This record gives sequence, C-alpha cells and structure tokens, in this order.
Amino acid sequence: MSKTTTDGAPTAADDQDLGAAGSQLSTAPTEDAPHLPALGVIGWARWFWRQLTSMRVALLLLLLLSLAAIPGSLIPQTGVDETKVADFRERHDVLAPVYDKLGLFHVYSSVWFSAIYILLFISLIGCILPRTWQFVGQLRGRPPGAPRRLTRLPAHTTWRTGTPPEEVREAALALLKKRRFRAHVVGDAVAAEKGYLREAGNLLFHIALIVMLIAFAWGQLFKSEGNKLIVEGDGFSNTLTQYDDFKSGNLFTNDDLEPFSFDVKEFTGTYERTGPNKGTPRTYQSEVTYTEGADGEEKTAVVKVNKPLELGDAKVYLVSHGYAPVVTVRDGKGEIVFQDAVPLLPLDANVTSSGVVKVLDGYRNPEGKKEQLGFNAFFVPTFGGSESGTMLSQFPALDYPVLALSAYHGDLKADSGIPQSVYQMDKTKMKEFKDSEGELFKKLLTPGETMTLPDGAGSVTFEKDVKEWAGFQVVQEPGGGWALGGAVVAIAGLAGSLFIQRRRVWVRAVEGPDGVTVVEMAGLGRSESAKVPEELGDLAGILYDRAPGAPDPAPDPSDSTDLDPDPDPEAVPSEGAEKP
Amino acid sequence: MILAAATNENLAEISNVLIYSAMAVYTLAFFAYIAEWTFGSRSKVARTASALTPGTQAKKAPAVTVKQGGGTAVLERPKVVVRAASGSRDVPDGPGAHGGDEKGDLYGRIAISLTVLAFLLSLGGVLTRALSVERAPWGNMYEFNITFSTTAVGVYLILLALRKNVRWLGLFLTTTVLLDLGVAVTWLYTESDQLVPALHSYWLYIHVSTAILCGAVFYVGAVGTILYLFKDAYENKLAKGGKPGSFATSVMERLPASATLDKFAYRVNAAVFPLWTFTIIAGAIWAGDAWGRYWGWDPKETWSFITWVAYAGYLHARATAGWKGRKAAYLALLAFGCWLFNYYGVNIFVSGKHSYADVGLGALAAVGF
Repeated sequence: MSKTTTDGAPTAADDQDLGAAGSQLSTAPTEDAPHLPALGVIGWARWFWRQLTSMRVALLLLLLLSLAAIPGSLIPQTGVDETKVADFRERHDVLAPVYDKLGLFHVYSSVWFSAIYILLFISLIGCILPRTWQFVGQLRGRPPGAPRRLTRLPAHTTWRTGTPPEEVREAALALLKKRRFRAHVVGDAVAAEKGYLREAGNLLFHIALIVMLIAFAWGQLFKSEGNKLIVEGDGFSNTLTQYDDFKSGNLFTNDDLEPFSFDVKEFTGTYERTGPNKGTPRTYQSEVTYTEGADGEEKTAVVKVNKPLELGDAKVYLVSHGYAPVVTVRDGKGEIVFQDAVPLLPLDANVTSSGVVKVLDGYRNPEGKKEQLGFNAFFVPTFGGSESGTMLSQFPALDYPVLALSAYHGDLKADSGIPQSVYQMDKTKMKEFKDSEGELFKKLLTPGETMTLPDGAGSVTFEKDVKEWAGFQVVQEPGGGWALGGAVVAIAGLAGSLFIQRRRVWVRAVEGPDGVTVVEMAGLGRSESAKVPEELGDLAGILYDRAPGAPDPAPDPSDSTDLDPDPDPEAVPSEGAEKP
Repeated sequence: MILAAATNENLAEISNVLIYSAMAVYTLAFFAYIAEWTFGSRSKVARTASALTPGTQAKKAPAVTVKQGGGTAVLERPKVVVRAASGSRDVPDGPGAHGGDEKGDLYGRIAISLTVLAFLLSLGGVLTRALSVERAPWGNMYEFNITFSTTAVGVYLILLALRKNVRWLGLFLTTTVLLDLGVAVTWLYTESDQLVPALHSYWLYIHVSTAILCGAVFYVGAVGTILYLFKDAYENKLAKGGKPGSFATSVMERLPASATLDKFAYRVNAAVFPLWTFTIIAGAIWAGDAWGRYWGWDPKETWSFITWVAYAGYLHARATAGWKGRKAAYLALLAFGCWLFNYYGVNIFVSGKHSYADVGLGALAAVGF
C-alpha cells in the first residue's frame, strides 16, 4: 500500500516534513482525484471498483441509504401493517399503482433499497479487506523512525542533560515499553507507537456490521411465524396444521418447526378502572403448562407481553386476548347437541366481540330431519344497559357480560370442501328463525339465561362460566444470536475506534556541540487532541527525572531556540523512516 | 389504596410546581446570560480579527520557540510546545460571553448558579413525577421532554464541572430548554398515570434513558455545530479581508475559534455515537421480547436507523477529503434533524408501535390491542 505515502498531495510543506513518520497512523484510504480510465473492460471494472470502494462513494451511499429509508416510514408497509396498505390502496387509486411499481409498499425489500445497501456492503468489504491486510502489515512492522525535525510536530519538548545519549535512549525505550508502547531504537532516536486498538476496533466494527447484515438476512430466509388462538383449558402442539395462520421465509421447511406443546391454564387481565386511561390493561398474562420435545417433562410458565416463552429456537408471544362464552344448545327433546366455549373476535379496545356459534352435527329439527344451526353472536363483557342504546362494551373486564344471539337453521355448507372461517357464517343455505312478529329471532342473554327457539326447535343457554382465550404468536427466527453477537462486537469496536487515540512518540538524544546531551521529544496523533501533548508532558516529566536538566550554555535563551542543525526549512528528511 | 392514590396525586402536583419553578429560574438565568453578553460587548478584544486580518499576522509569535526545563530548576518539567496542525487557521479562542468584562463575568457566574438551581428544580420535578407514578418517568412525551431538558442541562453542567470550555453554551441552552419545557407544559402535558403492559420491562430503563441521554448530548453537539458554522463564516470573511458587522464582531469575537467549536461538536457527537448504537440495539432486543421480532421497520425504528446512518455519515465525512469542515457540519445538523423528527415527528405525525409515547392519547397502544 505504497499509495498512502506517495499519494494524497499534502496541502502544506509541513506534511512533507513528517514524511513516513506521519504515515499510516491509520489505514484510512487516501482519496484519489477522480480520473477517467483508459478504455477497456478491465479498465472500467477497475475504475468502477475503485470508485465503489472510495470513501466518497461510501459516504454518498450512506446518505442515499438514509434517504431511501424515509418513504418506508411514511407510506404504509405490507410487512408492518397490511390492512393499512389495503386502506391506502382504496383511498388512492391513482397513486397506489405507481407506488406498487416503485415497490413503495415494501421499501425495505424493494430492488432499489436492496441495491443501495448491497452496494454499500460491497464497498465496505472492498474497503476493509485491504485495510485489514495493511493493518496486519503494520502490526508486523515497527513504528517508523523519527522525522529529522521533531520541532515540526504538533507536540514537542526538549531539554539539555548531562546524561549520555545512549543512557537517555535506553531509559526512554524502557519507559515507553513500560507504558505499553511498541518501541524500538532507530538511529539516534527511539520510535514508539501506541493505540493500535483504534484501528482494530474500526475494522472489527465494520466486520460486525457485515455479520449483522448476514444474520438478519439469514433470519428472514428461515423465519417462520404463526398465530394460534387458544381458549383456556385447550392446548396446542407445534405442527403446521394446528396454526390459524402461518407465514415463513423462502428457505423454511416444515421440519424446522421446534417440537413442543402447551396448554393454556388461565388468562388474567386487569384494567385501569378510572382516569383518562380507563380501560388500559394493567396485567395481561397467561398461565401455561408446556412440554418440550415429543415427550418432555411438563412445566408451567407465565407468558406476558415482554416475556415470551422460549422453547428452543422458538418464542411464544402472547399477542391478543378475547372472550369465549360457553354455549349449550339443546334440541327439541332437551338433548344436548352442542356444548362448548365459542371464541369471539374483539372489535374494539373494550372487547366488544363478535363471532358465530355453529352446530354442525347431531341436531334434528322438530320434524326429525337432520339440520345445522347457526347463531350470530355478539358479546360485550360490560353492557351499557338496555337504556344506553348501544351494544358496544363499556369496559374490557367481565363486569356485566351480555351475549346477543340471532338464530338460523339450514345448511352451513361446512362440508363443501372450501375452508371456512369459524368467525363467519355462510348464510346462502340458512333460514332465519322468526319471532312472533315475523322478524329474525334474536335475544340478549345474561350468564345462566336460556332462550327457547320458536316452534319447539330447542333452546340455547349462555352458561355462567365465560372463558377467556389468548392469542399466541409463535416465532422462529434463526440468526438472532449472531445478530446480537455482531451488535455487541460492533459497539465494542466502535468504542475502540472512537475513544482510543493512535499516537506516536519519538525521543531523540544526541550529543550537542558542547558535549551536553540534547533530548528532544515529540508526539503525533492522528487527530489533534489535547491528550497527545498531555501524555508527552507526562513522559517527558518521567524521563526528565532520569536525565535531569543541565544548565543552559548561553546566557541569552533566545539563541538556543533553534536546535535543529539543518538550516534548510524545506528539507524533506524522511529517509530514516522505516516502512512496515 | 385511596391514601396511596392521594399521595401520588400530591407528588404529581409537587412535580408540576417544581417544573414551573424550574422554568421561572431558567428565565432568570436566561436574563443573566443576556446581561453577561451585553456587558461583555463593552470589551474590544478582537483576537480573531487580529489573527486573521492581513498585515497583523506577521506579529504572531512563531509557535516553535519556547524551550524550558533547562537551568537549575531540576524539579520543573520540560514544557510541551503545542503546534496547530498544518492547514488549519491558528486562531485563538474568544474570551467567552463576558468578553473579559468584570461585570459581564459576574452576571455569567450568576447565570450559571441560576442554571444549577433550575437544573436541581427540574431534576426534582422529574423525580417526583417518577415517584408519583412509581415507575421510570418516560411514559409519554411530557415526561420525555422534562427529562430531556434536565439531561441536556445536566450534560452542560458536567462539562462545566470538568472545566471544559463550554460556558459559551449557556445562553443557547437555556433558550431552548425554556422552549422545550414550554412545549411540554403547554401541549404535551399528560396526567401522571401507569404504563401499558408493553412498557413493563426493565428495558424501558435502559433503552429510553439512553435514548434521552443521546438526544441531550446530540443537542449540545448541534449547538456547537451551528456556532461553528457562524464562526467559520466569520473567520472566512475576515481571512478574505472582509469586514463583518459590529454585532457579528462583538458576538463572534467572544466565541471560541471555529476549529475549537468544530472539535467540540465532533467530540461530543463521536462520544455519544456508540451509546446511540447501543440504544438502537437495546431497543431491538426489547422489540424481540415484546413484539416477536427484533427489527421490523416500525417508523420509530426506521428513523432511529436513519439518524444512526446520518451520524455515521457525519463521522465518515470528517475523515473524507472534500467533506471536512462545513459540509460535515451540515451533515451533523441533518443528523440531529433526523433525531428531532424521530422524537417529535414520528410521535405526532406517524403512527406505529411506539405510539404509546403519543400526546395524551394514552391507552390502546400495547401489543396486539
């Protein structure tokens, strides 16, 4: 990497003075002036590569990345909230197709966003590979020798001493080594360097970023995510067929599902009773018993928001909650044909819920014919009272539960082979039960109440025991550990690269014309920092104790200011410098 | 139960009184800073001008002259001569707002004392608020705001206590702190209340506290950057032989050199950048526990990412030829703008999973509700 020393047109003659001594204090790439390459594929490829891996382009890509991330935060994203996207499509019939073409509904997986970050990461790799190589070279080499004019360096000090030069150098070498500098004697001076961890941290940080990206991509490819609604007392085992809905990454296979099962014992929810946040959940948790593997030991756990149940690679999250009134349906003879908890879906924050009770088998109408029954169910945990004029729930807890049912009979078409939602009723083959006025037969029930269907068709009881259900999301996203590891390393590397100073110190000791030793010390940091002169002062102080000052030879101190034997200020004395 | 609720309401009341008192004292501090600047304008020191005005430059003492430590004073340490890097202007720092004026300095000291008092009051306000709700006081924007301004002033006072050259920040800081608190009590005020279950996590303490601290430090950095841009323009004008107006001269001459301001802004931003990285990662870990994915491009996540990338850009720009100096400074301001938008903009205009931080909307927000 000779580029670093030969290139980069120093802006002032002072830089040339430092020569190699000031070089490679970092492995940061130097900036070439953009020049057009000679024609030819290889020439262009090389030019393109050089441009891509240059700091300037990397910087532009960084800015472009942040710019490109903005639309995704303002336009609804399919990956975040699909209903919002659908809503947006409905409201903007002109914009939506344009957005679709541009991939603006899935910005973070769109071609152009991917292009930017992939280019950025290629640029990053193209930058850190040579820098790592260069850094290894620097580690194997030794700190460059002292520039001839130490007075030119940002921090400098000097004094005269009676101690012979060799002893001063020896003391300096010992001192610097004790302070964990890498030090060695070059010619008449000791050259030392410290703070290599800065560069190491820098490289580590960038490598960690790549690890994080790969881990994230890996996670997306092998990810699986499924939802399951479970009523208190029911259970779940982790197979594909048990899920209510399921999504997975491109490379996911069903064998990747972690084997486990769990039962929901109880759901507990309490809610703020008063104040502006009335109805806001305060406790919200579900007690479960679970077994890992095919026949593991049964254990209990409490799943809460923020506290998923971790089973191998899978995490089980509590994501939703609702009520499941227990309903008993009897036929005309009083035989129970249906008795179960019917989970209903919440419609609002106060858990106004709706759903369907379906009686598929076992019912015979008064004429003795096989029929199916369907009831549209509307449930409120806290009824506002019949005079309130609203069927909306007033509070999420079971304070005044009321179940409203409207009754149908006929064919639910559940056997037609088409998958059916358990929360909706296909009424095409269903007939309404009629009340005395010829209207749809419906009734409000409080727990324990029974409604009798017209014409001896049977009865429906809203049992006293209202069960609750909990919705769980089971997520398996491999690579999380790698991403976390990468993140930790990234922070450590970042701290190293920002807080550690890489700096060089030179101590020159030569015998002056009058036989007295002249000690010169100078320090150089990559950036101007107050720490470099401070440290140099410390070092000089200690060395000064070992090589105490000798009286000035001249009565007028202004004569002794320039200790430099070389009268030519434009000299470029970098020969003594050692290349790593 | 009822008794406890009453105490809590009392505490919330005390918190409000403390915050209003803090605002009153900040206002007094603000006037004291103004007095400092005003009295300081009597001084006619123009170090920057003399350092940069052609003709006077020759008088500058050569940097590399002093030699010391010789002689008979054996215990004395050799003196380190510091030299500005090549290419940069060798401009001395201004004397500060008081401009060397005794009365100005006195008012400056009064202002700092008042700032300390106001800081303690607002700290008390934040703590009583926390006690009243028996949780970390970061559940809504009102609480964020009062914590944010307390933290920003805390950072300033710590830098002062460390004897850093930051006294020039005082006026700018109290001005914005007053604005911040004014916005908090006027528009963002929310009755103290408990949190939704999604916020019941120790990650709240880690993630939100570091986010606020980062914001406060970024803010201090941004003030430094803005002043750098002004001072740099002033120095450029002088170096080109221009003659800035008397007000500009009076103010700018008292600020630190542009290089100092630039370095200050860089240090502050660079120091807090790893913490910001940590904040995002802590948030991702929490999101992994609360929402089933550690990264999901929620607007808040997206904007913290944008902020991160913008600051990363700034740090890189400072090391890139053609971007150093003013361009990098603009980037730093842009990055801080992203932070601000992430805080106010995303909370107010964009709905996402972080919307329990919303203005008084309370409720509804927890996962899956």
